[in-house]
Amino acid sequence: MSQAVLAVAEQNDGVFRKVTFEALSAGRIIADRLGGELAAVVLGHGVQAAAADLGRYGADRIRVADHPALAEYLNDAYCNVLAAVIEAEKPAVVVFGATTQGRDLAARLSARLNAPLAVDCLAIQAEGDALQVTRPMYGGKLLADVRLEGPLKLVAIRPNAMPITPLEKAGTIAMVAAEPGRTRTVFVEKTLDSGKVELTEADAIVSGGRGMGGSDFSVLEALAGVLGGAVGASRSAVDEGWRPASDQVGQTGKVVSPALYVACGISGAIQHLAGMSSAKVIVAINKDAEAPIFAKADYGIAGDLFELVPLITAEIRKLKA
Amino acid sequence: MEIVVLLKQVPATEAFIEIADDGVSVKTQNLKWVINPYDEFAVEEALRIREAHGGTVTVVSVGVEKTTEAIRTALAMGADKGVLINDPAAQGLDGLGVARVLAAALKQIAFDLIIAGQRAVDDDNFLVGPAVAEFLDIPHLSMVVKQELQDGRIRCHRTVEGGTLVVEAPLPALFTTQRGLNEPRYTSLPGIMKAKRKPLETKTLADIGLAPAVVTNRGARIAAFRLPPQRSGGRMIAGDSAQAKAAELVRLLHEEAKVV
Repeated sequence: MSQAVLAVAEQNDGVFRKVTFEALSAGRIIADRLGGELAAVVLGHGVQAAAADLGRYGADRIRVADHPALAEYLNDAYCNVLAAVIEAEKPAVVVFGATTQGRDLAARLSARLNAPLAVDCLAIQAEGDALQVTRPMYGGKLLADVRLEGPLKLVAIRPNAMPITPLEKAGTIAMVAAEPGRTRTVFVEKTLDSGKVELTEADAIVSGGRGMGGSDFSVLEALAGVLGGAVGASRSAVDEGWRPASDQVGQTGKVVSPALYVACGISGAIQHLAGMSSAKVIVAINKDAEAPIFAKADYGIAGDLFELVPLITAEIRKLKA
Repeated sequence: MEIVVLLKQVPATEAFIEIADDGVSVKTQNLKWVINPYDEFAVEEALRIREAHGGTVTVVSVGVEKTTEAIRTALAMGADKGVLINDPAAQGLDGLGVARVLAAALKQIAFDLIIAGQRAVDDDNFLVGPAVAEFLDIPHLSMVVKQELQDGRIRCHRTVEGGTLVVEAPLPALFTTQRGLNEPRYTSLPGIMKAKRKPLETKTLADIGLAPAVVTNRGARIAAFRLPPQRSGGRMIAGDSAQAKAAELVRLLHEEAKVV
């Protein structure tokens, strides 16, 4: 039985996502438990220079699959190359970040390699040949301990859920075969708002709900700005058309785990609570002192959010000055 | 255009979920069951494609007798026919097992396009759609908010962290839905009446040529359900003015919670 662990790095234009380092740190812990080595693999084009970073988080060796056809993420090319890397490295466990890309790639690979997959893992424990992971289900209403069995297990870890532990290792870098093989999907274009902090990776989220009363979220944007965080929304705010669907936090939107979650004008429907309950600290601001959100919040203020939020923003600005 | 929608029946998102006595399943009595919200987007998009290009919409589900209610709802929305795989050996499978069953069922159904939810809001696995595509050896595109069909190809706008990717693939292909794709229609009374007469076929694993052992060997299984840590919560911040409350909150966030 193999004891090796492979962590799949995710980069965009040569910059690694934060969850990549979380996956490396989680992979290191599993490898130590199994008594095996941790390899990191990065797929892309012109990513060799960035690859050295992966050695700073505990990778014993780094594999770089570089090919023009890997410049943009396409699941068929990435799946073909990664399947070949897995064939060569023979890991017992492959760790992905549970991003749009990580989940997509892991799912297809799971079927190709007949390897069980658990996504959005909050904790991972190696137990002999099996792997036990903890992951939310029902949008976070329950936690499930899931047992994965088989020679190869795939896990995708939830961003912001596991610590990053810097650890310098030999981190020897080697180029590996990057043959995209048969591909059918074709990249057309991408539009990225690089200035925007991604909700699932944000350390602080300021969300607005029905109490916003309209599409003007500027007071929330200002608070998110001083916190270096992102703006989210409840389902009602999205259904009203005040915010894009990609901002929705909840069981039918994004499930988030920031250090600080500020819910403004959100009453606390169960499907919203499920999406934000794993935040470390929750603040609720609502006019209605009886709103259910207050029972789930660490700190609550009953009052007018349009008056309170700018005052909070000013206080934090003072603190940071 | 032959369109297939993969559909799962799940507890409504407003439902309170309780752990059953066995510790590895949830209490199903008194739950309100609905079409998985992401699959509802899939049904709606299939109907719109049929309206634009003609064809047939077939809804396929793995489930139990009760699942026919969800399929009938999709038929009432306007889908043409339903197929339910109902077999004791097909209950409680892991995601890969469900994908194998669906892929086997699809070998008996003509399709140009398969639409699936990005995930079911009960197990939140994000697995079945892409896995079905892999088993059928067709391309897949996930998290789609907009699609265009032309000349035997599909072009999809996919949401990714911080933006949108536009990707294309030849048909037959599978795509998974993302919120924002469409606004699902309500069922109408005439639609509900019509749905009662639409074909809904129930099949066993044997009917779709699968030996139970192929799918029941679960690589992933639930060892235990737990409730997430509950917050003591509800500490209300008092103060004479909004200014005083704001200052006190920031002080607590800084000194006590240490998150600012």
